[in-house]
Amino acid sequence: MLTKRIIACLDVTGGRVVKGVQFLNLRDAGDPADLAEAHSAAGADEIVLLDISATAEERTTLLDTVRRTARRLFIPFTVGGGIRCLGDASAVFDAGADKVSVNSAALRDPNLISCIADRFGSQAVIVAIDAKRTSEQQYEAFAKGGRTPTGKDAQAWAKEAEQRGAGEILLTSMDRDGTRSGFDCEITRRIADSVRIPVIASGGAGSAAHFVEVFREGHADAALAASILHYGTTPMAELKQTLRSAGIPVRWPC
Amino acid sequence: MTIAIVDYGAGNLASVKKAFDTLGAKAIVTGEPERVSKAEKVVVPGVGHFAATVALDVSGLREAIEGAIARGVPALGICLGMQWMFASSSEALELDGLAIFAGECTRFPAEVKAPHVGWNQLTRMGGSRLLNGVPDASYVYFTHSYRAPVVQQTVATCEYGGLFSAVVEQGNVFGVQFHPEKSGTVGKHLLENFCGLSC
Repeated sequence: MLTKRIIACLDVTGGRVVKGVQFLNLRDAGDPADLAEAHSAAGADEIVLLDISATAEERTTLLDTVRRTARRLFIPFTVGGGIRCLGDASAVFDAGADKVSVNSAALRDPNLISCIADRFGSQAVIVAIDAKRTSEQQYEAFAKGGRTPTGKDAQAWAKEAEQRGAGEILLTSMDRDGTRSGFDCEITRRIADSVRIPVIASGGAGSAAHFVEVFREGHADAALAASILHYGTTPMAELKQTLRSAGIPVRWPC
Repeated sequence: MTIAIVDYGAGNLASVKKAFDTLGAKAIVTGEPERVSKAEKVVVPGVGHFAATVALDVSGLREAIEGAIARGVPALGICLGMQWMFASSSEALELDGLAIFAGECTRFPAEVKAPHVGWNQLTRMGGSRLLNGVPDASYVYFTHSYRAPVVQQTVATCEYGGLFSAVVEQGNVFGVQFHPEKSGTVGKHLLENFCGLSC
């Protein structure tokens, strides 16, 4: 049976992971390649590396980081953050990424989605959507790391992204991000039920029970987490065993 | 020993190349039929639309691959490369596959999401040189919207919207629908088996 994926996310800037100093007692906990390999060995199903660099100087080290990390991984590897054009995507693929995640640039120029999908295949394009609840019924897609409202309805944007050739949707709830209060199952289910491509839920993971919820009630195909995995509060083994006991298919042991 | 990874413009070949590098095998990425003809092993990768395989027809790569297979050179098709080893695909009916395996590749039925993305299990059937030492029910990583039928040469199936061929094998010709280069230790093991095959 197709399993539900647990994706470990590394936020990097200037070649270093910014969260995750205590993960698995690694001494050099800030090195993306070390951390990615450790997550993979622990049982993560995929790795996402998110470039959160604010300056061009920090960004120049990204490709080197991607190259070093890819060399150590034998599982799917996605790179996102600051991918503005086909050239940016190509460079990241050449460095060893399997998929790219696009967000702000796709909101600005939705044609970018089909442009990358035509060249590298839909399976290589993830459209990331940062969604914020703006009213009882409404979720809006935000750009620029959640700083800029776009006026686009998150669900409509997800459907458009699918039509334009996205292979997956990475949906982050801005309301839940960093709160550890659980995923937003409502928006996740709405979007997961309205598109025919996989949806990765993100934002709010605080316990293994939250993952059970987002798979069961949110209809997510995969879930992404950062701090909960880095800090070792919920080790991957415990998380996957909890999911398995709840009857959710996971890759375990792996 | 040189492994030729056939480049026909269908997606990103960096991770396939990297996987063979990691295993210490000498692999080259090439779009030149002459180099494919000289290789001791051939890998036909590829992601995306079946129509992309037209590049194999017009470049002379098809003949080079067919020639290698006829000489007994081990050949491995991955994902789209495996589907191309079947007779045809409903994704691009005007094109002919290699027809080493009979039947047509078809899209997943509407009741399941496509692409089929993620880790799914292999159900082994019969003996296989490629899967030697790979336990039944192993998890491997898939990402595809079309799938190949189960045929006589199927040595492992997978279930998603019905059964399909996950691994096919006939003599020196092998095809895998999943991505061994992305399938952790199981994938690594399979690629090691392929590297260890003799002509």
